Amino acid sequence: MAGQDAVTGTSRVKRGMADMLKGGVIMDVVNAEQAKIAEDAGAVAVMALERVPADIRAQGGVARMSDPDMIDDIINAVSVPVMAKARIGHFAEAQILQSLGVDYIDESEVLTPADYANHIDKTLFTVPFVCGATNLGEALRRLTEGAAMIRSKGEAGTGDVSNAVTHMRRIRGDIARLTSMSPDELYVAAKELQATYDLVAEVARIGRLPVVLFTAGGIATPADAAMMMQLGADGVFVGSGIFKSGDPVRRAQAIVQATLNFDNPDVVAKVSRGLGDAMVGINVADIPVAHRLEDRGW
Amino acid sequence: MTASPLIGVLALQGDVKEHELALAAVGARTTRVRTEADLAAIDGLVIPGGESTTMSNLAIRLDLIDPLRAASKAGLPMYGSCAGMIMLAARITDARPDQQTIGGLDVTVRRNAFGRQVDSFEIDLDIPAVGSEPFRAVFIRAPLVESVGSAVEVLSILDHGSAADTIVAVRQGVRLATSFHPELTGDTRIHELFVQIVRQH
Repeated sequence: MAGQDAVTGTSRVKRGMADMLKGGVIMDVVNAEQAKIAEDAGAVAVMALERVPADIRAQGGVARMSDPDMIDDIINAVSVPVMAKARIGHFAEAQILQSLGVDYIDESEVLTPADYANHIDKTLFTVPFVCGATNLGEALRRLTEGAAMIRSKGEAGTGDVSNAVTHMRRIRGDIARLTSMSPDELYVAAKELQATYDLVAEVARIGRLPVVLFTAGGIATPADAAMMMQLGADGVFVGSGIFKSGDPVRRAQAIVQATLNFDNPDVVAKVSRGLGDAMVGINVADIPVAHRLEDRGW
Repeated sequence: MTASPLIGVLALQGDVKEHELALAAVGARTTRVRTEADLAAIDGLVIPGGESTTMSNLAIRLDLIDPLRAASKAGLPMYGSCAGMIMLAARITDARPDQQTIGGLDVTVRRNAFGRQVDSFEIDLDIPAVGSEPFRAVFIRAPLVESVGSAVEVLSILDHGSAADTIVAVRQGVRLATSFHPELTGDTRIHELFVQIVRQH
């Protein structure tokens, strides 16, 4: 589709795509079969990757973009949008993913970073990007680089929701502080946040990020999803939490229902029953600092 | 009809908030619809943009699809944007075989008709029913109308490149649908038209 006046890859088209995912659950899948299970359960999109974060942690080694054949299989298996991960700074992986026709790229700290100084210049792409953030400054730097959606990072592959909570509360707290500042204080706030003044002023004015804010990293139960939604997330990424659990089909459905009915404890209680074992968790505090993902991204 | 109609927005998933803001801007009151009971009090229903596969799945799972069909049959005015257009279509193509719709709009709609997200675009459209100023239309993994029944009024045709003569906005009585997302642009003329339909109903 390319009429003379049709414009692709605009900020509105990229950010708008994320708006369509709001209130939904995006699930990590490693093959077409899992993608079908996720779609059947009501996932609003799937994230194609070679290993879920829990396996990346367990197996170690360098984690990279997935095999294009596998991504093709997943694209062909489902009708919901398909996202895929590129390493931080690895613009060639992102170029490949765009060429494969993925609907969204996650420039993700879950994979081993390719560049320890620079992120991908996402303004150069037609496909939209989602990036992780642990605080407002980080989120705004990603937006300046062209990200069209933000997710709080959390600590992927742990089943420990505490970092997701910390990061979501921090982002929301940082925003709340900006909204209470007088205009002349915003210049220093921009300096301290290491973000552009225009973005800082915009956030102060509208009282939220100018893009959709999902949560990620450690969500393993319906209650986790409901809590993160109540803390202000627009939607939920679930990684290892579903397919590393005892009954992925039921758990996937339950997390979708809990995300939709996050403000209705009766529903969340009902869907929390009979789910079998949750993924075996790792406490974030027990992870050596060098293996924590929250510090990847700058 | 009261001066300020109460418009429900189907809140299973998608850009609910953006529709609420657009409706409020044209003087309607809004409420979120998630259960059969929520349908009772409203004067009209907006089905937002989102993922139609997911929306259909959730409507079935929450036992909402039949009440929505009943409300449509009873004449409740409905407006659907993008995924909402798919939900209102009597017939859909390029969808999962088990995807169900509310129906009521005598059209055949093709899902994801323009390609994947990299093919999503914005463009100026002529929509004479809402005035002579062009309408900035945002198409995101958008559907198109392949064919329409005789009772359906075509409100806008996209006429560019490979998508020449594509129907992208329709009305049939109290039902309105657009392939694109007026709720993302700040141009409230489509919402104004819908609220006018509700008021006159």
